[in-house]
Formats: sequence, C-alpha cells, structure tokens
Amino acid sequence: MTAPHDPPTAAQLTEAVREWLESQVMPNVSGAMQFHARVAVNVLAMVEREIGLGPAQAERHRTGLVALGCADDAELARRIREGAFDAGGVESVGVVRVDVEAFVFDSVVDKLRVANPKYLR
Amino acid sequence: MRGAGIPGDVASLERLTGGASRETWRFAAGHELFVLQRQRPGSPRDMHVEVAVLEAAHALGAPTAQVVTSSRGMSTNPLGEPFMVMRAVAGETIARKILRDGDFADARPVLAAQIGRAMAQIHRIDHTAIDGLDGEDQVAKYVQLMDESGQAHPAFEIAFRWLEANRPAPRDWCLVHGDFRLGNVIVDGDGLRAVLDWELAHIGNPAEDLGWVCVRAWRFGGSKPVAGVGDYAALLDAYEAESGARISERELRWWELLGTVKWGLMCISQAAYHLNGVVRSHELAAIGRRVCENEYDALMTIRELSADAQ
Repeated sequence: MTAPHDPPTAAQLTEAVREWLESQVMPNVSGAMQFHARVAVNVLAMVEREIGLGPAQAERHRTGLVALGCADDAELARRIREGAFDAGGVESVGVVRVDVEAFVFDSVVDKLRVANPKYLR
Repeated sequence: MRGAGIPGDVASLERLTGGASRETWRFAAGHELFVLQRQRPGSPRDMHVEVAVLEAAHALGAPTAQVVTSSRGMSTNPLGEPFMVMRAVAGETIARKILRDGDFADARPVLAAQIGRAMAQIHRIDHTAIDGLDGEDQVAKYVQLMDESGQAHPAFEIAFRWLEANRPAPRDWCLVHGDFRLGNVIVDGDGLRAVLDWELAHIGNPAEDLGWVCVRAWRFGGSKPVAGVGDYAALLDAYEAESGARISERELRWWELLGTVKWGLMCISQAAYHLNGVVRSHELAAIGRRVCENEYDALMTIRELSADAQ
C-alpha cells in the first residue's frame, strides 16, 4: 500500500524515532531538554495517528461538506458567519442549524483524535 | 541602586525567563530579593503604562509585587530601555505544582475566592488617571484576528454567531488585567500572593477577567472550572462581596467562551511564528494542533448553555 516505497512504512519510521526518543533520550536529559524531547515524542505520536486515521477522516470530511453544499472549510466558515446556516426556527444548537453544528463538531472530534485524544470528554 | 529605595549593593544577579517583550533579572540587595524587568526595543507598549497600573493596583491593596523604582519619570534612564524594579514575592508560579503538590493543599480550596476578590480590587483602579490604556469590543477584535490569520475555523464562526446573539447586558468598563490566570500568579501555602504579567492590561468589561481564568487551558488538567480548583460560585460570590457587582454564571460563561476562542486564536498566532520563520520551534509548531482543543471546548460550552436555556 506504500508502493513504490519499501518497508518500513512512514508510520513505522516515525514510530521508530519516537521509541528512540522515549527510551534513549528522555531518561538521559533533564529540564528544558527533557521538556522539548517530550514535545517531540508527542508530535511524532500525533503524526502516527494522522497517518492511520487521516485518510478516512478526509473522506468523511469531504462527504459532509458536499452534503452542506460547501466546497471547503473556508466556504463553510464564510456561510456560517453570513448567517446562511442560522436555524431561524428549524431545529438548532445555539444559533446554527443542528446538522451544520453536528458536522462541525464531528470534524473537531476527528481533529482531536489525531492531535490529543485524551482531551475528549 | 542606593537612593532608589533599594538598600545596599546589588549581589547575585541572575537572568530569569521573562517573555518575548522583556528581559527579567533577579538580584539580592541588603537582605532582600528584587526583580528587574527591562523592556526590549520595539515592544508594542511602553512599560511605563504597566508601571502606572501596578502602582495603582498596589496602592489599592491588590496582591501585586511592589514597584520600588522605575524609569517612569526619570529624566535620564541609566538602562536605556524602560525598566522597573519590584520587590520579589516568594511562592510558586508553576500551575501543575499549585494544582497537585501537598504544599498547596490549604491554598487550593481558597484560591477561587481570592482570585475573585483580587479582580474586584484591580477593577477599582481609576483608569482615567493612567495614560496609554485602550479598549475595544472583544468579539470584533477576535473576528478581526481570525481574518488576519488567513485560516478557516467553522467552529469559531459558530462561536462568534452565538456570542453575538447572546451578548450579556453591557457593564461600565474598567481596567481589566487581561491575562489573570494560573501561570501568571504567585501562590504560596496560604493562597494567592501576587498577580504578574500586566502587559495586556486594558479598558474593558470586568467580566472579561473572570471568564478568562475559567478557560479550560488555564485549568491545567484540574477538574474544577476556576483555575482548575474552584467552582464558579466561589469566584462570583467573592467578586460580589468585594465589588458589590453580581455577575451571573451565564454571563461568566459567555466570557469563558470568548476566552476559549481567544486562546484558540492565540494558538494559531504562536504556530504562525514558526510557520512564518520568525522562530523555528517544534514546540510552537505543535501549538497549532492545540487550536482544536479550544474548538471542542467552545462547541461543548454552546451545547451546555443552549440546553440550559431550553
């Protein structure tokens, strides 16, 4: 699935670097260096998750935008701001239409599943 | 330093981390510790505004470091750039320690009320006596910052719609600290000792400060809304006791939501320093992926407040 590239996959390469940082670097540094090593570990873990989850999330996002008649997030954002998605009597969450809010919420949850899954409540 | 309110000769001068717009140094003189802050060239606002605000806050009994001398009013400044020297305040600033270490077990239950009282004291400052302060509508300010970022964030647009549609009744504007939160306060075993980092002080709605300290980022993993350690009521009751002004929980949460959007936009700005090549830093780059934490909190808050309203 990664042709023409040979193993390891991009995710496996990232994982290897992350494991080296965790097992060899982190225990041997302290203070600011350890903090920045931990940030690096977290960034690599995020990249691994994005490689795994990203393609399906991108497909779901495209489908959802089409259902709302928007080409991309920029158009969606602009139409929300213009009030084009205000509920106006139809079922709503806050101000905007319930289906629009649900799509935006699901997109944000997808972003967090990659960026920081522990943050989800 | 003699004649400037500082006893004896300067000893054990030490550089502290101090933010992008200033250098921070700590030194001993006599038997006391002092902190010197010196502005870097090109800072957005003259440090002398902050000196005036700090002096006014201290005079009103708010928990702040005491300014013992500054370049404000000096005809010739020996340090070139504007500076101030404050009496050092003993205590802890690192949020995770304040939230978890045993040393602060007695401080945590009283911190939210102490924060409410301190905010009320700060809001009493006569801002008309201080030159160089400005104020603007906070929703308009952050809509503009959103546009300037060049990014599209539908979740923040939903938040802006909600904020516009649910604005609380206006209040008289006052001096607000602008960045009163865990990380910018010194806490000891008894609780709040000093509020730091007055660079963002401005004129605005007093509830802005109360909302900001409740933003989830400033709970640092704590389970309660006010600085991770207190309930909304503790903050609001203490604020009312000191100021006479009652802020409702719903009004507070409007400002918490605004603060959540604001921190999301600040995350975008921080990642932009890296992306624009101003500072190359994987730490700043990673902050770009924290924007969605604030999108999530914003949408969750709107869901909660919409359910409450029905």
